[in-house]
Amino acid sequence: MIADGRQGEPGRIRPLSVDLAEYRRRSVASLYSNLVTRPTGRAVRMGVESQIAELERSQALCLLVLDFSQVRILDFSCADEIVAKLILRYAQERPAVQVYFLARGVHDHHAEAIEAVLDRHGLLLVTESEAAVFRLLGSRDDAISTCWDHLHRHGRLGADEAADCLGVDFDTAAAVLASLAAHRVVVPFADGSVRPVHLLDRPEG
Amino acid sequence: MTRIIEVPGTLDQGGFDAMVAQAAEVEEGGGAIVDASRVRFANPFGMVGLLAIGAHLGQRGKRPQLRLPTSSEVGSYLTRMRFHEEARRLYEVSGGTERSRGGGETNVLLEITPIGSHEDVHDVIDRVQDRAGTILKEKLGYPATASTHFSMMLSEVCQNIIEHAEADGWVGIQSYKWKKTLGREVVVIAVMDLGVGFRGSLEREHAAHHGDRWSDATALEAAFLHGTTRFRDPGRGQGIKQIRARVHRWGGKISIRSGTARITDVPEWDDAPPLQTELARFPGSQIQIVLPAVAPLGDAAGS
Repeated sequence: MIADGRQGEPGRIRPLSVDLAEYRRRSVASLYSNLVTRPTGRAVRMGVESQIAELERSQALCLLVLDFSQVRILDFSCADEIVAKLILRYAQERPAVQVYFLARGVHDHHAEAIEAVLDRHGLLLVTESEAAVFRLLGSRDDAISTCWDHLHRHGRLGADEAADCLGVDFDTAAAVLASLAAHRVVVPFADGSVRPVHLLDRPEG
Repeated sequence: MTRIIEVPGTLDQGGFDAMVAQAAEVEEGGGAIVDASRVRFANPFGMVGLLAIGAHLGQRGKRPQLRLPTSSEVGSYLTRMRFHEEARRLYEVSGGTERSRGGGETNVLLEITPIGSHEDVHDVIDRVQDRAGTILKEKLGYPATASTHFSMMLSEVCQNIIEHAEADGWVGIQSYKWKKTLGREVVVIAVMDLGVGFRGSLEREHAAHHGDRWSDATALEAAFLHGTTRFRDPGRGQGIKQIRARVHRWGGKISIRSGTARITDVPEWDDAPPLQTELARFPGSQIQIVLPAVAPLGDAAGS
């Protein structure tokens, strides 16, 4: 699992204020053709990182959408270099810009490579298929899966509701939400609730 | 002294082992004539193996000679696999025929192709996609999505050369009916290099951990079964694991020979030993993947 440098103590979410008005820019890296070999993956990742670096001056929050709809082949090495290393970098370091991730246009064969590298590193990623079906891929247990499914249906979740949904106490539920936030598949709000990244630009309710 | 290496009539994995055993007898700096004139069958592993033997002999001594198969059918196969172009780089070639039967349905999925860089891997993947789709679907009965998984697997196995061998290599892929063992169509992928091999690749980081047990076999087991690599990056070591998983899903067989050992994932239709040791030493790694056609209903071999 990722060590969450933003957590003050285990089981508690350190609030991160998210004003969607500040949510200024969505960085879309369109990925084309065959993504195979590690050097290719490294080159793509460096391109994406330079896009993110441009945002750092504005202190913006960024939802990085990796668009795989034009990618025919994604091998495991390239998936590791692009997907895993990008998430690892922005989840483990303390970058000036807060980066969240969404993979779009993901076919089953992309998902196979992506899931393998996420599992390897203990990471999570939300993916969207061409038919607009959202899935949480990667290293997840039942509590994570249940919470994310609930979030996907309802949009926002606090620790109280998560505790009801999971049938656990408040602190345990808060720890599950903190874990989802540490994996950057949800965004934590000042009131302790979280929202999944793929619903950030949609009205609540 | 010039030694004659007799190539067996069946030039496959067993034929390759027989050639390696004879090549080991060639003195350092000596000459060799590789006599393939009696070859009646050659699969991609045998063809690429013949090139590897030539490169190995050339590195150790004089440029070797190759007597090509006299069989016009084998000559035609070799031509379609573009064997001769590579062979002439390594051998003084004589005899045989290079004429293709021409036209008709091809069983060549990928001609023998040198792999020396990541760009070569891209070229291979670009080239195989359409042919892979056709051959996997029509000859093996695999679903339409199989060509994508095939390309992913091929990319990883070719990258093994670049990432671990520290030397150039070759890949070749062909389909044929494997009457003897399966009675079914198979696609055979052969990937070989003359690099440092698995033991050499892992030696610096992992030999001490194994102590006296360190050998070609333990190095192969570490990489093949446990995903061990020389890199500290935890993202490494996925390739072989994913290749094995895919081959298993398709009911296939994968074997890797390196140094003096060979490790194999043995499917139920085959009786090869899972680990062979004390083979004649040969540098680098030699990988063979056999993908069988979907078994007809009621055929226990593929069920």
